[in-house]
Amino acid sequence: MADGNDGQRFDRLPATEAERTVDGRATREAVVDYFADRFGIPPATFDDYTFWEKGAGKIWIYRGEAPTPLEIEAIGMTCLRTRQEHWKPTTDVVQRFGDHATECVIDLDREQARRFAAGEDQMLEWWDGDWGYLIAAHEIAGEAEAIGVGLYVHGELRSMVPKGRQRDLEP
Amino acid sequence: MEPLERYRPIIDDFDAFLAACERPLGNAVRVNTIKASVERTLAALNEAGVDYDQADWNPRVLTLEIDSPGSTWTSFHGFTHGQEEVSAVPPVVLEPQPGDRVWDCCAAPGGKATQIAALMDDRGTVVANDNNLGRISALRFNAERLGATGLAVTNADARNYSLERFDFDAFDRTLVDAPCSCEGTIRKNPDALDNWSEGHISSVAGIQKGIIRRAIQATREGGTVVYSTCTFAPEENEAVVQHALDNEPCRVVDFDLELEHAPGLTAWDGETFDERLERAARIYPHQNDTGGFFVAKLEVTA
Repeated sequence: MADGNDGQRFDRLPATEAERTVDGRATREAVVDYFADRFGIPPATFDDYTFWEKGAGKIWIYRGEAPTPLEIEAIGMTCLRTRQEHWKPTTDVVQRFGDHATECVIDLDREQARRFAAGEDQMLEWWDGDWGYLIAAHEIAGEAEAIGVGLYVHGELRSMVPKGRQRDLEP
Repeated sequence: MEPLERYRPIIDDFDAFLAACERPLGNAVRVNTIKASVERTLAALNEAGVDYDQADWNPRVLTLEIDSPGSTWTSFHGFTHGQEEVSAVPPVVLEPQPGDRVWDCCAAPGGKATQIAALMDDRGTVVANDNNLGRISALRFNAERLGATGLAVTNADARNYSLERFDFDAFDRTLVDAPCSCEGTIRKNPDALDNWSEGHISSVAGIQKGIIRRAIQATREGGTVVYSTCTFAPEENEAVVQHALDNEPCRVVDFDLELEHAPGLTAWDGETFDERLERAARIYPHQNDTGGFFVAKLEVTA
């Protein structure tokens, strides 16, 4: 198998390993399983969506119509970074689909949420769940809402909110 | 304000119009129902102690009593998006339905394209095109923040847009929110009239005519094309629609708009236009305390 990934175009992910023609490319099955295994997001959540790779390891989620391959600027939203040991979801996909998550969700209070949105790292030693990438959430208008992705290691939650998305918000 | 004098004969209560143009605009936002319902968004604003006014004509349009509407939790979560009240009109007139194929041919920075996606419950395909690569990064940023998963973003000149990149050969609906002389944004951009000239209007009208014609060609028979600008100049509004009527298979159709407005013109500067152009809407700043806008709705007839 050649490394046929082309950074200039979108290629739809193969459904399964058996259909894969490009080395190292994630499959749809693996992406959906990742969200289910890591965050408890039911696979059916993604039934109407397709997944695409453009740029090595950068996975996009899309709900419209498109042929593969496709050379345009963007489809849907960036969703996941693969081709690395620990896959990493994006802030925007977590905000869009995070309400379906039941695992690896760390609930922050007002001040912790404010610091997280501002891009600050913070010691949160009370967390007794998994290490690695977590969904940081807080309560807004009576319901939990995902803020973004955090990396939890050694008692510290590091905000992965990209610089352009960070905001100084009222506590 | 001097360039606006040419509109004295066509605008009722012209002095009120001029006075409104001198006043700055409030901070309008649109509730993005892809991320949260209107009810939940209002609850979040209440919780944060942010006062707001809800537009009578559209419950998804709010004016926030706050200096920086971008630094609220509702904005961070993509529940709200800063968008001028009149700028929310064209997608509503377009009436996109879930599952439609829609083309927003001049889409950056994406307020209307994401509003179209929200009106479709984020189901279907919204091709958001812009010819300016620099503005496409803002479009992509907004699409992702607002969670619009049905957007396909392209970078091309709408006047000779090719559908070959997709598997379908026509759109159900197309929005032409055309580049224009922007006279109607004077309340937001006080320097909007600094480089005003009839020559500029004439050259931008040429571009608009090319875009509206391609939009009609790329839309299926029975489909809808909405043409809008944020300017008052009839050369960029009724005259452009007239050009489309003269050259492409289409007709002007009615639409409901519960926002005070004046009818489109049937004559300007010695030229006359199709009587049905009265069905277009001219929205002036003094009528609803907004920016200025022009909207016309067309049905493609072949």
